[in-house]
Formats: sequence, structure tokens, C-alpha cells
Amino acid sequence: MNGVHDMGGMDGFGKVEPELNEPMFHAEWEARVLAMVRAMGAAGAFNIDTSRFYREMLPPHVYLSSSYYRKWLLGLEDLLIDKGYMAASEVAAGHAVETAKPLKHGKFGLDDVERIMVRGKFGRPAPAPAKFKPGDHVRAKNIHPATHTRLPRYVRGHVGVIERDHGCQVFPDSAATESGENPQWLYTVVFDGAELWGPDADPTVKISIDAFEPYLEAA
Amino acid sequence: MTGHDHDHHDHDHSELSETELRVRALETVLTEKGYVDPAALDAIIQAYETKIGPHNGAQVVAKAWSDPAFKRSLLDDATKAVSTLGHVSRVGDHLVAVENTPQRHNMVVCTLCSCYPWEMLGLPPVWYKAAPYRSRAVKDPRGVLADFGVSLPKDTEIRVWDSTAETRFLVLPMRPEGTDGWSEQQLAELVTRDSMIGTGFPKTPDAQS
Repeated sequence: MNGVHDMGGMDGFGKVEPELNEPMFHAEWEARVLAMVRAMGAAGAFNIDTSRFYREMLPPHVYLSSSYYRKWLLGLEDLLIDKGYMAASEVAAGHAVETAKPLKHGKFGLDDVERIMVRGKFGRPAPAPAKFKPGDHVRAKNIHPATHTRLPRYVRGHVGVIERDHGCQVFPDSAATESGENPQWLYTVVFDGAELWGPDADPTVKISIDAFEPYLEAA
Repeated sequence: MTGHDHDHHDHDHSELSETELRVRALETVLTEKGYVDPAALDAIIQAYETKIGPHNGAQVVAKAWSDPAFKRSLLDDATKAVSTLGHVSRVGDHLVAVENTPQRHNMVVCTLCSCYPWEMLGLPPVWYKAAPYRSRAVKDPRGVLADFGVSLPKDTEIRVWDSTAETRFLVLPMRPEGTDGWSEQQLAELVTRDSMIGTGFPKTPDAQS
């Protein structure tokens, strides 16, 4: 979706302001939100792409004015309500009223913690040979999916070069809408600064994205 | 308002307080429904606070600086290379290490959300997840570096890696001068988080005290 989350190349957000000796969390609730998101995902309530999609669907003014973990909280609430794991009235009341919906992997308990500290694997067997190889020129398609996609707007329609092949991986565009893993080839594609930002761009800059094969066409 | 809110977050207290109440309500609902054990949530937080952090990445960088064979295998297949180090084996399948040289400087961003090599660097800092960095890193990386007080020679190539898939990138910074004969442990002390994102340099032997 063409949301405000797709920020590459936007102007007007001001300077980057690093915080000296930044703490891991700025408030205790941030840590609780992180833990709840990780736990409910691991219990099977959603995959990582669906959770990203729900944050992207927050209204633009909410997305832009909310802190990072506030976005995680709001996205988690919306997701769990939409998928039938709880009712909005329950969160408002602060207590469970309705019957629980069974989780694919069951209740998240202490024994599950170690498992989520190891990063997931997204590689999958290839359903078809790769269409592209390193060195190939490709154009990022001019597509505008209304749902979740990992093709940022700033590269669409532009030509780059395949640099690396990462094998086949879960396709976020399908996984986000729970339409299956639909594995696709994944490549690092490099663009010249001037190709993306015009003739005034810094000539020393190159930008790469990791692009799934359905995002690309031969150029 | 609880009256015990000593948090110094940038938001006003009413918003923070509303958020706190909401988080508590959500956790109560999830617990009462039998979805999560609150003790497991505590354990997750503790694991993040103690097991991950830039010290993991720093050890990998220091080893690459010290051991040419490890460096080659790291650049060739970082996932495999890192999996040989027992203490940082949580990295999953998709880690890529990219090397800074006098000719080329690498910088990592996630314009779409906040993808970051947690297992190597810990949880990302606020600036990495915020709009100014996400919007400008791909268009004006030199301007962003200036915000960090970093400047590069005019003819150095800058390569920005936008983390748009599950690949995670670790920048291998250049080894500081004046560190001949240093142990891996000494070298790791010089490796900063930002130097592994590409928005900073390692500390120099002089600056380290």
C-alpha cells in the first residue's frame, strides 16, 4: 500500500537526532508491548508480515505522531481484534469476557522463550528456476498494490542491476494477507543515485534494495 | 495519571498515561484468555536486555579484523561464518556483512519499517526507526552522516543498503590505525554500534580510555 510508512526519499522530517546513551526502553510499557508482539506471533496469531501490514494500516496522522512502540501497540490491538482473538470491548474493559480463540501453537509459556530468541528462517525450496542472475539489468515494476508490499515507491519504474541472489524466500505480499508463503526469488538490486533522484544527485551514491522476483522485469 | 510517572519520554503525560493503561489492559486480556503467561513476557524482556546487543556484532568485527580467513568467510557467507561462533548463533539464515574500504562506505537503513540485525546489534535506537533517518538515508546519505558529525572524502563511494526483505546487513568497518598486535578483545572495545550501521566510525586507540 502507498502509505506514509514508505518514507524513502521524503523531505521535511528534519535532522536525525541520535540520543546519547540511549536506554533499551524509554518506559516499562514499551518492553511489555515488544514482549506481547513477540509472544502472540510465536503462538501463531500472526506472521511478521501481517504485523507489519497492520502498523502500515494505521491512519497516516496516527502513524506519524506515534512513537515506535505505540505503533506496535495499536497495530497489535487492531490485528488481534480483526482476527477474532479478542474484542475491542474487552480491551476497553480491561478484562476477558468472550471465549478464547485457539492459537495455532498454543499458549505462549516460559518454555517458548528460547525459541523466539533465534531468528526465523525465511528461505524456502525454489518452485521454479530464477529468472535473473547477477549482472542483469532489471526495472522495478511500476506497481501499486493496495495491500502490503516490500517494493518501496522510490524505486518503482527505475532500472538497476542485480548484484546478489538470495535464493527463494517467503513472499511478504502474500504472507501479509495470509494467502500462503508463495516463495519467490530474492535479489539485491543496485541503483545509481542519479537513476532514482535525477541529474543533481550525488554521483558517489548507490542505493540497493532486496527485491522479490515479481517486483522486477527485464530491462 | 498514577502520580508515579517519572518517565522522561517526549510525549506529554496524558498520552503516556493513556498508553500505559492500554498496555496493562491488553496484557490482562491476553493473560485471562490464556494466550500468554506473563512470566514468559518477563523472560522475553530479560532475554532482550541481557542476551543481545552490539557486543555480539563487535566480537564478529574484531574477529574479522584479526583473522583473515574468518573475514573472507564472513564476507562470503556471514550466516555461516557467524554460526561457527557459539555465543552469537541466533542470527538465523540471512545475514550479510559488507566491508568498508578507503574507496567505499556502506550504510544500512530500513525505509519501510525498522529492519535491523537484532542478534548482532540489539534493538535498534529510536533514530534508526524514526522518519528523519528512514526518509533521508537513501536520498541524502552525506547529509545524514553530517547529522552524526561524520564526513567522508568527496570521492568515496557511498552504498546505502535498504533492508526491504529479511536479509540483515552488518557493516564491517575499517580497522583503526595504531592497533597492530591488539587482541580481539581489545579490538572489540573499539567497535561502536554506529560503526556497524555505517553512521559512525570505530573508536581510535587515542579516543579510548
